[in-house]
Parts: sequence; C-alpha cells; structure tokens
Amino acid sequence: MTSAHMEAALMLAGVLFMLGLISVLIRRNIIFMLISVEIMLNAAGLAFIVAGTKWVQPDGQVMFIFILTMAAAEVSVGLALILQIYHQLKTLDSDAANLMKG
Amino acid sequence: MELTFYIAAAVATLATIMTITRYNIIHALLYLVVSFLAVAVVFFTLGAPFMAALEIIIYAGAIVVLIIFVIMMLNLTHEDVEHEKAWLTPKVWVGPAILSAVLLAELAYIILSPDTLPTEALVAVDARVVGLSLYGPYMLGVQLCGILLMAGIVGAYHLGRQKKKVVHRFLQPKEERSAAI
Repeated sequence: MTSAHMEAALMLAGVLFMLGLISVLIRRNIIFMLISVEIMLNAAGLAFIVAGTKWVQPDGQVMFIFILTMAAAEVSVGLALILQIYHQLKTLDSDAANLMKG
Repeated sequence: MELTFYIAAAVATLATIMTITRYNIIHALLYLVVSFLAVAVVFFTLGAPFMAALEIIIYAGAIVVLIIFVIMMLNLTHEDVEHEKAWLTPKVWVGPAILSAVLLAELAYIILSPDTLPTEALVAVDARVVGLSLYGPYMLGVQLCGILLMAGIVGAYHLGRQKKKVVHRFLQPKEERSAAI
C-alpha cells in the first residue's frame, strides 16, 4: 500500500514530458536536444510505472526496464553521431547540419 | 510518505526547469542528475524500489556520465555558452512553451476529471513478480533488448570511429605537398 495518488503521479509525468518537449523545441544545441529526449523518455517510464502500480500488474515495470535499455542504446548512438557532426562541422548548432553530404 | 511524494515531485519539476533553462551544458547535466534522483524517490514512494535503484544506476550514473565524457571530448569554451545565450531568446521559447502548456492543460483536464479514473490509493508491485514476468511472458522482449544493445554498441563504434583521410600526394594542395617534402 502506498499513499501517493495516481492523478498526482500522472500529472508529474505529464509535466516532465512537457518540459522535455519544450526544451527539444526551443534548443538549437544538439546535446541539449539529446538531454531533452532523455527527460521525455524518463517521463514516459514514470507513467508506465504509475499505471503498473495502479492495476497491480508487473507489466509497467517490465516496460520501464525496456525503456531504460532503449534509452541507453539511443544515447550511445546519439553521442557518436554528435561527435561525428562536431568533427565535420566544428559546431553543435543543429541548423548547420542541413546538408546530406558525407 | 505522501508528503515525500509531493516534495520529490516538486524537486523533480524544479530541477527539470533548471535543466532546460541553463546556458552551460555541465550545469544543466548536474540539475538533470538531481531531477533523476527526485524521480527515483517518486518511484520509491510508488512502491517500486528496484526501479528506483535502476533509475539511479543507469540514468543518473551511466547516461549522464557518458554525456559528460563526450562534452569533455568536445572541448567547449566560454564562446559556446555565449552562443547558447544568443540562441535562447524569449522570441524563440515563448511560442512552443505556450502551445505545450495548452497541451498539458488538456492532459490535466483529462487526468483530473473524476469520471475517467477511480481515486484510490496505489498498491505496490513486488520486484519478484516483475522478475517472473520478465523471464516468463516477456522473454522475447528481453532477447530483443539484448539485440538492441548489441546494435547500439556496434553502431556507436562504427559512427564514433575517426576515419583517417588518405589523399594521394599528387592530389594534395601545392603548399601541403611542398611542406611534406
């Protein structure tokens, strides 16, 4: 038995997701965009755990583990891409990466 | 216990707001660690202590440290902070912030309206049940996660490798050729 209520926890997930969404929309720095995606994934995992706790099923936490795995794989590939972009363009501005030239 | 949840939720929200408004990436990452720790406390109060531990180890430990390592490799200077300051003007962030706030208001209306969800206290799920489910019905998902991690490792290695540029000496620009000789 826990004391937190479902609405409050779901609202927290929604607020965190909205903050991540705002950040990914307003930032031009690619690393900040990656961090914002992490915030959004974390908020989605929080919503999964709240739902799993609500219906007393383990599926929510299983999904959180999957999200965790995906976030780890995503951040490693994303950081490798950021390193490549920085070496090619000498900047972190996402607007500079508008040419599909190798 | 309920007060713990609300305090942790407030800390998580404030730390995330600080994360998305910082100009310096390192400062933003430190606030991000605080945000993840607060969310871990929320998990704990929701009755998922194993997930709280995973959140601290993987998010606040591994992922943030990985990003910090990459930032150290990029050699960012004071100029980048100035760039960030020039990019993040109110003209840029007001529009998306208002639209996202409208979406959040709609979400809040749906969540908080009394007929969608019954209001009752939550019940904790045991970590043992999660493990049994993970290695029972979700076996295929675990194997797919393994494949995904393998693809992530190979992809990161392939993309992060610095290719050495080899140019024939006849194709080099003149001054470089004379310098090489």
